[in-house]
Amino acid sequence: MSGHDSKYFSTTKKGEIPELKEELNSQYKDKRKDAVKKVIAAMTVGKDVSSLFTDVVNCMQTENLELKKLVYLYLINYAKSQPDLAILAVNTFVKDSQDPNPLIRALAVRTMGCIRVDKITEYLCDPLQRCLKDDDPYVRKTAAICVAKLYDINAELVEDRGFLDALKDLISDNNPMVVANAVAALAEIQETSSRPIFEITSSTLTKLLTALNECTEWGQVFILDALSKYKATDAREAENIVERVTPRLQHANCAVVLSAVKMILLQMELITSTDVVRNLCKKMAPPLVTLLSAEPEIQYVALRNINLIVQKRPTILAHEIKVFFCKYNDPIYVKMEKLEIMIKLASDRNIDQVLLEFKEYATEVDVDFVRKAVRAIGRCAIKLERAAERCISVLLELIKIKVNYVVQEAIIVIKDIFRRYPNTYESIIATLCESLDTLDEPEAKASMIWIIGEYAERIDNADELLESFLESFPEEPPQVQLQLLTATVKLFLKKPTEGPQQMIQVVLNNATVETDNPDLRDRAYIYWRLLSTDPEAAKDVVLAEKPVISDDSNQLEPSLLDELLANIATLSSVYHKPPDAFVTRVKTVSRTEEEDYPDASEGGYSESPAHTANIGASSPATTSNAQSAAARQPAAAPAPVPDLLDLMGMDNNSAIVPTDRPASPAGPPLPVLLPAPTGQGLQISAQLIRRDGQIFYSMLFENNSQIPLDGFMIQFNKNTFGLAAGGPLQVPQLQPGSSASTLLPMVLFQNISPGPPSTVLQVAVKNSQQPVWYFNDKLPLNVLFSEDGRMERSTFLETWKSLPDSNEVSRDFPAIVINSVEATLDQLAAFNMFFIAKRKHSNQDVLYLSAKIPRGIPFLIELTAAIGVPGLKCALKTPNPEFAPLFFEAVETLLKS
Amino acid sequence: MPVAASAIYFLNLRGDVLINRLYRDDVGGNMVDAFRVHIMQTKELGTCPVRQIGGCSFFYMRISNVYIVIVVSSNANVACAFKFVVEAVTLFKSYFGGAFDEDAIRNNFVLIYELLDEIMDFGYPQNLSPEILKLYITQEGVRSPFSSKAADKPVPNATLQVTGAVGWRREGLLYKKNEVFLDIVESVNLLMSSKGSVLRCDVTGKILMKCFLSGMPDLKLGLNDKIGLEKESQLKSRPAKSGKTIELDDVTFHQCVNLTRFNSEKTVSFVPPDGEFELMKYRITEGVNLPFRVLPTIKELGRTRMEVNVKVKSVFGAKMFALGVVVKIPVPKQTAKTSFQVTSGRAKYNPSIDCLVWKIRKFPGQTEPTLSAEIELISTITEKKSWTRPPIQMEFQVPMFTASGLRVRFLKVWEKSGYNTVEWVRYITKAGSYEISILISILALITEAPACEDSGTGAIYVNLQKRSAEHMAFGHQQRC
Repeated sequence: MSGHDSKYFSTTKKGEIPELKEELNSQYKDKRKDAVKKVIAAMTVGKDVSSLFTDVVNCMQTENLELKKLVYLYLINYAKSQPDLAILAVNTFVKDSQDPNPLIRALAVRTMGCIRVDKITEYLCDPLQRCLKDDDPYVRKTAAICVAKLYDINAELVEDRGFLDALKDLISDNNPMVVANAVAALAEIQETSSRPIFEITSSTLTKLLTALNECTEWGQVFILDALSKYKATDAREAENIVERVTPRLQHANCAVVLSAVKMILLQMELITSTDVVRNLCKKMAPPLVTLLSAEPEIQYVALRNINLIVQKRPTILAHEIKVFFCKYNDPIYVKMEKLEIMIKLASDRNIDQVLLEFKEYATEVDVDFVRKAVRAIGRCAIKLERAAERCISVLLELIKIKVNYVVQEAIIVIKDIFRRYPNTYESIIATLCESLDTLDEPEAKASMIWIIGEYAERIDNADELLESFLESFPEEPPQVQLQLLTATVKLFLKKPTEGPQQMIQVVLNNATVETDNPDLRDRAYIYWRLLSTDPEAAKDVVLAEKPVISDDSNQLEPSLLDELLANIATLSSVYHKPPDAFVTRVKTVSRTEEEDYPDASEGGYSESPAHTANIGASSPATTSNAQSAAARQPAAAPAPVPDLLDLMGMDNNSAIVPTDRPASPAGPPLPVLLPAPTGQGLQISAQLIRRDGQIFYSMLFENNSQIPLDGFMIQFNKNTFGLAAGGPLQVPQLQPGSSASTLLPMVLFQNISPGPPSTVLQVAVKNSQQPVWYFNDKLPLNVLFSEDGRMERSTFLETWKSLPDSNEVSRDFPAIVINSVEATLDQLAAFNMFFIAKRKHSNQDVLYLSAKIPRGIPFLIELTAAIGVPGLKCALKTPNPEFAPLFFEAVETLLKS
Repeated sequence: MPVAASAIYFLNLRGDVLINRLYRDDVGGNMVDAFRVHIMQTKELGTCPVRQIGGCSFFYMRISNVYIVIVVSSNANVACAFKFVVEAVTLFKSYFGGAFDEDAIRNNFVLIYELLDEIMDFGYPQNLSPEILKLYITQEGVRSPFSSKAADKPVPNATLQVTGAVGWRREGLLYKKNEVFLDIVESVNLLMSSKGSVLRCDVTGKILMKCFLSGMPDLKLGLNDKIGLEKESQLKSRPAKSGKTIELDDVTFHQCVNLTRFNSEKTVSFVPPDGEFELMKYRITEGVNLPFRVLPTIKELGRTRMEVNVKVKSVFGAKMFALGVVVKIPVPKQTAKTSFQVTSGRAKYNPSIDCLVWKIRKFPGQTEPTLSAEIELISTITEKKSWTRPPIQMEFQVPMFTASGLRVRFLKVWEKSGYNTVEWVRYITKAGSYEISILISILALITEAPACEDSGTGAIYVNLQKRSAEHMAFGHQQRC
């Protein structure tokens, strides 16, 4: 029954275009039809046949439906490049939209909607209006989608012409397919509009749930997806909805099943009856399992979704772990996802079976899969305390096979197991040490070195082992160098004998003088100074007890998980990223721009292929935001954020705050701390501020030098409150003459300097081009005042009385004038100093306030002043009177301003 | 958003565009270049079917020598997209008469363009039922057998049928002889660990139906499944008949089946599409009858010799037989010489897949042929590079046997004209992925084998009214 269209591809004669032109104008119908087919064939293989536009359009007036469709197809592709000529087609379109044959009416409207040329769009409105009310459901269902197309081109037009209301009317259409398409169109329009256009009321809900039974499979998907936005009012309604959706779980179409699952999961949130919930979980399991017998690509989508579902409702598939065992001929992407889910479902009950599986996988051929299997064993050990021992014995068995990458992977996970169960399984270290010389991957080496350093006192020849690595120190990757440095310091602190002492000399020398890696050098200097000033303190720091790590297999944040679950079956659920992270809705680019790139761009993405290539080359998974930003402005410098993160790679788990938040929206200019002349053209202004209960270092960088500056990093010296950076400094590359501001989140109690409290904050900033700049800032105590500093009156009195008088300090500020009690109190309250009470004492007002700094140190404050008269007396009572000078300094600054 | 695609591309293995269709404006016409550069020409190919490149995401599937690539830039419904591709390929195959490959696409590109225009609008899948589309999308040579009208004159009412509630069946069908053929095809998946315990064993079955019925018939299918029977006996308030009932883990139905009714009454009732379709799929994990047991013994005699003994035992009825039995026994890569003895069938060493392949064309029930082989290995320097020991795999088909024990109890046909219908049913069990691990340290593994596949060969249709399956001859048997 096959056709023989391939002959249309075969004309390669020289005068192809003129020849086609001639044929298109032939008087014979068949010849014209063949010619159009040849044109389409040429178009398909990428030849430019736009010059034949007029000739092709001339063939449009035909009774032959097949020919008409081909001409329409041509128009969709080339109308944009020939907008002036496209107008030639309008008449035929309008005429066709009134054809007695419904197929032709629908075809005309469908095609017109695909042609994004203003002139055509104008003429589309009238036919569309008619078609929305057409007698034939086939025309109506096509018109419904056409409204969405038009909205994408010209939203205003759609609203002005009342198409939205017409579309809403179609929801009550008696034909289920029209209803489904209208729902799809409305849902899409709603997504791009900020105004409420399509709100599902309970009556629409009922209507749509009924339509569900009669729709095509795809229509069911549209409706279920739209309804998943509906929030049921109470548990009863939710139960009703679920009851009507549950039968869809038996559908053969995987998209229907997943959309039904999505809807059920969302409604389950509201259902309170545990019986109902349990029952639903039971009903959802078999359909989910059945998805695993579909095509591998669909299995993959299903597995990514199941991964989310088991995080939210582990009970659904708790007994089905066997179906996730990998088949020998599963594609690798299916195997990898199955492995993830097996880890999530592993429990004390099934761990033996699971371990047997993992062990088999660890002997397979695909290296990535084998590694993942080994890692999976480790993750199970960390997750299931009672099975840890069995997991470890499996790992040891695998190590004995002596397959290089298996051994390395095993060592990496064993390091984690040690951190999870300290002082439990160290007996296996000896076995690990046997594989020492086979390690050649940085992560495995680093892990092994960490183990040696951590347990140096139990390994007799720890110094020899470490020494063997030291010879190649300069050649090692940074990860290994850092571990070697730390491990050597640990060894020295644990066994301060001659050998280790020599080693430490070598290492410190290597890591400071011989290296240009700033992380390594900084760490080395810190150790060096620690060791030389106070070895005991060094012990406290370096050998401090580490927090126990925990299982990370349920790693998604609950709020993110909920968002992803609301997006089941979509890309978002496959990427495990919220839609905003990878979708950039680009509005249509204006016509003029498009004319320059007739073929290349259909819309917002006007990238050249080469440019696309660049974007794709950088890891697509993690930097989507940066990429899309770059995609929109090809001229802009590459977004610097990812690189910076790499440079700062030391502390990636700490909070990262977006850089581009305005430093302080309308506040006063920041004080200049590093003037441009001192900083070779770099000027830094900064101030500590408190916002939303967190301390930030608000900074402004101005580059007045002649060179671009990048790679900014910051470090704070020890200070009274141990204030330190809570994340890497995020400053983009600074072009000469430009500036950037940033908010650096700060954390407390990191490196506390001993001695009397002081407000001095020493800061060091460096970049890749200049030397390190040091400057001093002041630490205003008021940024530490916490939001919970308010005290009950009675508590205040009790605390006041309970503190001895020696804890009371007072100071006079002769220059300060209080003009209005109210204003002053407001001003202080803004800095978390809370008003308690007020009394009159002759002509003076006495105000009582409270404040609190971290670690729960309360400040009880008494302010005495006469309104309008200079002079303020401030008395402070606190358990830690040593902070008083700092406090007075802060009060003075606050009230002076 | 249930949008499934912004653009769809059909590429050959070199990455040339065979056909493409842009449905939405949000992806560039050249995005497929990115796919070519970043997926097709790299090792990424086949590592993950959903990929993001730049602002666009690509979903791709390979079907014979064609890549079908869907491009989107929004948060599209991936499940919908892949299912659309699968269904579209089924549709194309039905138009092309079976094959879907590069040549078929080139030879039918006009038709494909036309279909692509029809089955998806602005990225939203529309009706993909071949039966309905063939009413009004026709090409030379692909004319609906029932319409003798010219290609460009649509069948009246076509549009109503496309959008109708029974969007999968035409009206006004007429057959002289009204017949229904049911094929129950089961594949048994078995995975046995090296220790000999069954790790996974399940049966996935499907009921394929060929309908040649006039008018708009209502059908009702009865199986010997537990829930359906219980419900029936409840409704008729009489005790369930004794006999084997089976428990289905999960069922999914063709869109023609009324799901709401299945949910409430547990009956499978439907208005079937015309011709051939897959009515339902089911899965069973409990009480599976495995048709074969495999008993392998693999001994390594020194460094360069191995001895392999495999006994395969058929455990179905002696009057039945399996067809196309193939046992693939893996051997190490460095195999140099092999010698065999088999008590039945033929065996040879196939170096391209590193397996001993033992074929038995016709395998009667209750027999146990054996294979014994000696294998000499080349001793190599990298000798100790351990052999990964893939599992033994087996293929087979057992006609007239269901591993699940599923039986069709009745198929009722109602049509307002009240004609008589002849119903035929046939059963076959095939091997799905049927695997037994082999491990060095363990000398013998006891395996229960799974069953077979393929409706084509030895199975026979049995008239539903007549139950004596045992003495059935080949060929379609007619009702008396």
